[in-house]
Amino acid sequence: MQTIQYREALREAMQEEMRRDERVFLMGEEVAQYNGAYKVSQGMLDEFGPRRIVDSPISETGFSGLGIGAAMYGLRPIIEFMSWSFCLVAADQIINNAPKMLYMSGGQFGCPAVFRGNNGAGGQLGSTHSWCVESMFSSVPGLKVAIPSTPRDAKGLLKTAIRDEDPVFNLESERMLGLGARGDKDFSRYIKDTWAPPTAREVEDFTIPFGVADIKKPGKDVTIVAAGRPVHFALDAAEELEKEGIDCEVIDPRTYRPLDIDTIVKSVKKTNYCVVVDQSWPFASVGAEIAAQVYEHAMDYLDNKVIRVNNDDVPAPYNRTLEQEMLPNTRKIIEAVRAVTYNA
Amino acid sequence: MTPITTEDKVKPTAKNSLPKPKLMDMLYQMMLIRRFEERTMQAYQQAKIGGFCHIYIGQEATAVGAVAALHDEDPIITAYRDHGHALARGMHPNYCMAEMYGKVTGCAKGKGGSMHMFDKPHHMYGGHAIVGGQCPLGVGLAFAIQYEKKNNVAVCFFGDGAINQGAFHEAMNLAAIWNLPILFVVENNGYSMGTAIHRGTAAADNLGAKAAAYGMRYAECDGMDVLDTYKVFKREADLARGSTSDQLGLEQKGGGPCFINAKTYRYQGHSMSDPQKYRSKDEVNDKKDKDCINTLVGYLVENKLATQDEIDALDKKAKDASRDAVTYAEESPDLPLSEMFTDIYAQPYGPPFVKGGLPKMLTDNNSGE
Repeated sequence: MQTIQYREALREAMQEEMRRDERVFLMGEEVAQYNGAYKVSQGMLDEFGPRRIVDSPISETGFSGLGIGAAMYGLRPIIEFMSWSFCLVAADQIINNAPKMLYMSGGQFGCPAVFRGNNGAGGQLGSTHSWCVESMFSSVPGLKVAIPSTPRDAKGLLKTAIRDEDPVFNLESERMLGLGARGDKDFSRYIKDTWAPPTAREVEDFTIPFGVADIKKPGKDVTIVAAGRPVHFALDAAEELEKEGIDCEVIDPRTYRPLDIDTIVKSVKKTNYCVVVDQSWPFASVGAEIAAQVYEHAMDYLDNKVIRVNNDDVPAPYNRTLEQEMLPNTRKIIEAVRAVTYNA
Repeated sequence: MTPITTEDKVKPTAKNSLPKPKLMDMLYQMMLIRRFEERTMQAYQQAKIGGFCHIYIGQEATAVGAVAALHDEDPIITAYRDHGHALARGMHPNYCMAEMYGKVTGCAKGKGGSMHMFDKPHHMYGGHAIVGGQCPLGVGLAFAIQYEKKNNVAVCFFGDGAINQGAFHEAMNLAAIWNLPILFVVENNGYSMGTAIHRGTAAADNLGAKAAAYGMRYAECDGMDVLDTYKVFKREADLARGSTSDQLGLEQKGGGPCFINAKTYRYQGHSMSDPQKYRSKDEVNDKKDKDCINTLVGYLVENKLATQDEIDALDKKAKDASRDAVTYAEESPDLPLSEMFTDIYAQPYGPPFVKGGLPKMLTDNNSGE
């Protein structure tokens, strides 16, 4: 097993796909000469040169639209947003043009492009830089939305995204880029749970299919559904709750669209209790959608209502204490699990 | 119906040495668009075409002159006033009309409508309905041409309203820094919907300033004179064709992008529902005196390149094709409800579920000519 960081896993995915397919290129702010604002693309300019690793000016509308046009022509662009917060100025391109092109053209022009970058709260960046876009974008037909929570998923899902014929939004997290680094708080769990992707010797061409959830921790008493960074809050909560004798099953859908509701429902039918965690605002969120689908498919198996744990319904505050409290954090998940299982 | 006559003897501004078949082909293309759009208006008024519908009459010389100057594989992309571009690019009028009727035989199976004409075999990358939204896409086409080291040029059309959009300026900047092979074409008909250009655009009398801001070439053409349009586009397309940039790791060559101001005029309203209170009938009639079709007809007759009989025959052919397009659209089957759920994903449920292959209708359409 190798231990690589989340950012290195993203890089390996892009490198392997660029070596495999000449049509793939990476474009974004500071991806080339600066080696990546968050060092995700470090060293890639040296390997692939300025034709394929392209520094763009700060023009999200321009370069995301460029990616879509290039994809229509037959290339395989990877468009990096330094933060998904910055994608909002490119909304017309990424949610009007990318997902609807195939339909509007009657199947003639698709958009096999990947848009990727940091999603969610970083560290005290304030409300404009802390967007969680999964709830807004997962409702758009024509898009696929992946949200990897480990280096293994980051590599496997991004490789799949690059090969996919449809536009894929890959939602990463600044707070997870160092995941897997020695000294990282999750490092011991990382080793224990083998969150590393397999080496090339172990698996020649490692990919993870979309729409297949991963059971991050098996359990029998309550199902916790979480994706992206909140998976780690959920696992921390599960560790604490184990001391109280509550055995949590943590399900990570890994892609919100397509959504593997079957694995979630199967788990709920076993545990009879369900907590849904997601890091976007509660109103009309992906968590609300999952809760609704759990009711639709497993109503008779539930021994209590589904409880949702979300980001608080506020703009992200700068203050550190408030920011930590705003998140769907470990304490909130623990309280939700206790509340939902009180009648167990 | 707008008459197509030899009464107006306005001479084309360009001295040309184009062979007669090319001239006659350009005349036919303009006549076809004119007659097709007349039929389109009728069908819209009969409520057989729905949604928004923007008529190209008056501007025919711009699309026809531009496309005539291009290679077959040069990709073009435009805004929502797109029937003329589709026809000029070679789309069969039947598919264009059927698309507006929402029929399964339309170029996009009736899923796109008047504002979204796509034709992959003819390198027509769509009509796009959000003003200026196609400009970055056009840059993407040019980027891909450069990336693949092809000897082509992308042409991105838009109206004068688009030059006030951010997307236009970002696209111009990207094309300039990377010396991309693209022509940005403002079809300057003087109005963005009902707003005269001076009311909405700074330096409206000096659009060259927009190009200068990005260090880009600028050209003007009389967009109501197909020969002048052809001449300017031929020159600029050849300069831009195959341009590459050392910033993208290639040898710097070619003239790079150009911003072309095609001065034109639309005779009809912005869309079919426009009462046109913002301009006078005199203004419209003045412009009709310089009608692009009459101008070319006058030139051909005066120079004894074509007889009135030949011209009449060509107009009849255009009328027949337009009438046939309506018949074809009316007789085509409606889009079945099952088509609602196709073409949303190329890989509907991710790799494990890939069904593979192109949708059936697409292959049918492609072989339909």
